[in-house]
Amino acid sequence: MYEFVSGPLALISFAIFFVGIIIRIVWYVKGLDWQLDRVAYSEKLGAGIKGAARSLFHWLLPLNRTTANHPVFMAVTYLFHICLVLTPIFLMAHVVLIEESWNISWVTLPDKVADYMTLAVIAAGIFFLIRRLTDPNVKILTTASDYIVLAIALAPFITGYIAYHQWELGAGYKFWLIIHILCGEIMLIAIPFTKLSHFVLSFCSRIQLGMDYGIKRGGTKGRGIAW
Amino acid sequence: MAQEAKNQDLPPLVTRKAVKTKKELDLLLGDKGARYYKEMEVFPVDTAALKKTLDATCKSRLRTWLEICAHCSLCADSCFFYLANDNDPKQIPSYKIKSTLGELVKRKGNVDTKFMINCMDTAWGKCTCCNRCGMYCPHGIDMGVMFGYLRGLCFSQGFVPHEMKIGSCMHWLYNAQMDVTVEDYVETCEWMAEENEEYYPGLEIPVDKVGADIMYVVNAREPKHYPQDLAEAAILFHLAGESWTVPSKGWEGTSLAMFAGDWACCKQQVEGVYAAMERLKVKRYVGTECGHQHRATITEGPYWAGRKSGEPPAPGLHYVEWVLEALETGKLKLDPAKKIKEPVTLQDPCNYVRNHGLTDVTRKIMSYIAEDFREMSPNREHNFCCGGGGGMNGIGRYREERNIGLKVKREQILATGAKFVVSACHNCWDAIRDLEEVYKIGIKWSFLKPILLEMVIVPDHLKPKEE
Repeated sequence: MYEFVSGPLALISFAIFFVGIIIRIVWYVKGLDWQLDRVAYSEKLGAGIKGAARSLFHWLLPLNRTTANHPVFMAVTYLFHICLVLTPIFLMAHVVLIEESWNISWVTLPDKVADYMTLAVIAAGIFFLIRRLTDPNVKILTTASDYIVLAIALAPFITGYIAYHQWELGAGYKFWLIIHILCGEIMLIAIPFTKLSHFVLSFCSRIQLGMDYGIKRGGTKGRGIAW
Repeated sequence: MAQEAKNQDLPPLVTRKAVKTKKELDLLLGDKGARYYKEMEVFPVDTAALKKTLDATCKSRLRTWLEICAHCSLCADSCFFYLANDNDPKQIPSYKIKSTLGELVKRKGNVDTKFMINCMDTAWGKCTCCNRCGMYCPHGIDMGVMFGYLRGLCFSQGFVPHEMKIGSCMHWLYNAQMDVTVEDYVETCEWMAEENEEYYPGLEIPVDKVGADIMYVVNAREPKHYPQDLAEAAILFHLAGESWTVPSKGWEGTSLAMFAGDWACCKQQVEGVYAAMERLKVKRYVGTECGHQHRATITEGPYWAGRKSGEPPAPGLHYVEWVLEALETGKLKLDPAKKIKEPVTLQDPCNYVRNHGLTDVTRKIMSYIAEDFREMSPNREHNFCCGGGGGMNGIGRYREERNIGLKVKREQILATGAKFVVSACHNCWDAIRDLEEVYKIGIKWSFLKPILLEMVIVPDHLKPKEE
């Protein structure tokens, strides 16, 4: 079982993930239409790139009004996303696995740090969950898929934490390790097909709106939009 | 009963097609909305056509926005309707678009009449397409853009507020938002020039002057309801020594068709203005103190007209840009002693500030005219809609919603301590006037032209000769 989930299934998951997100990006870009969107994307590419860069810069960093207006929520969100992306990529155990298979490796996080980052992801996830259950503004927007997507994103971290600390929890290390790998694979496969596609589409959207502002909505007049 | 029977014999008011004839227009004008909305309640949805339109026009940008919305509610307090309605979750932009366009897309257009009426009531009654929410969404989801799109879908199905249906019809018939013909307009120009010539010798309103530097374009309300505005513009151009003209055909810059979502009409409207620019070979376009005139003709118009550059045939300026240029180059000189002494605040119109970046221009103008200028908070791109944008001011069905929405602007103005609001936009001007009417906070409001005219120094050679 372990051989299967960590071997062919992992390969299949990565393939679906990479091909999937590439298709999503290609579909997004192909679907842009200068006349329907009313943005001269290619005619004013320079202004567009400037606008896109501004849009990404102000939102990849917490330099926007939303962060100023909602500092706690945005701090948790930034932390959640940073830890969620960096931890699996730079986790020692993951890098070692990849080195064994393909003979390539890169820098790793100290286990202690990765451990805290995992806890940060889980804690932030619980924060999001509580907010969804209690805040009337969020409640009215929430659908079942929001919970499913949150569960898909948190599962690899919760199971990874259990496996790393070798908690038995009535099933044993091997069991939790396999479940952890499966959860990671589910997440990879889910990204192109669910709201998790915001992994790439959020960038597409930010770039698009940045281009819209850069090209049409005053980017060429005045100082450009102040996010 | 007798009335109903009689109504059944009348031609329908609710139609999927745009109304383009005088006869149909008169029919619509003859109804105050009662029969119109009653008919709408049983007007069927052409689901096949709706699906076809969605397939052809709802592309990756909109679908992605609907799909990736994280349902985080961060857009809630960006919306003045949410704030004005005591933080009602049903006013969250994300909720409003998800429950209308989101459902429509999910059901592939397979929706019923009741659903479409809710779409209409949301797209026009709970959103002014001010685009403020888009600035606060971490994903960059612009719900104002989506509501603009939804308005188009609603229009194509006949679910459009009464006054918007009339508005688009006016544009089809008169190439103007009101029933002002080219002849009416030219006559008004002549009348205004004659009326003021005595005080400003040599004053004229040149119609169709080929090769002028500036082509000045107005809002139909000016010739129709306050022609004095046209005279003021003429006097200021005259004093500044500008070479300018007004077109006969193509004189109107606004577009209620844009508010209505009648895209074919938007195209026709703006092409008329562009044809005038080309016919008169003007160097620049200057549009009057109206926000959506600028948005429709300069910002969005080129796309409706199929201009790949995204630019009109001649560079398009909003009136405030011309004013600042005239002040900075000294073409217009103001008497500093006449600066407004009392505290003054400034309304930033969404259509040329958030949606065209003219933030500093108006502030520089304020430095010429006001001694105690006070910013609203928030301001510039982050300013709130006046409360009457996107057609809202003109729709009787949503008057109550509009008046509630005005509370946000009321609080913003009161917080400045100023009792005088400068507003270089017709919609904002109207909303602020109505705000005073509804809430009586003791403010006055003005366009820029009358203020400038009070302060401008008339050069000696343009003064009337003494008897």
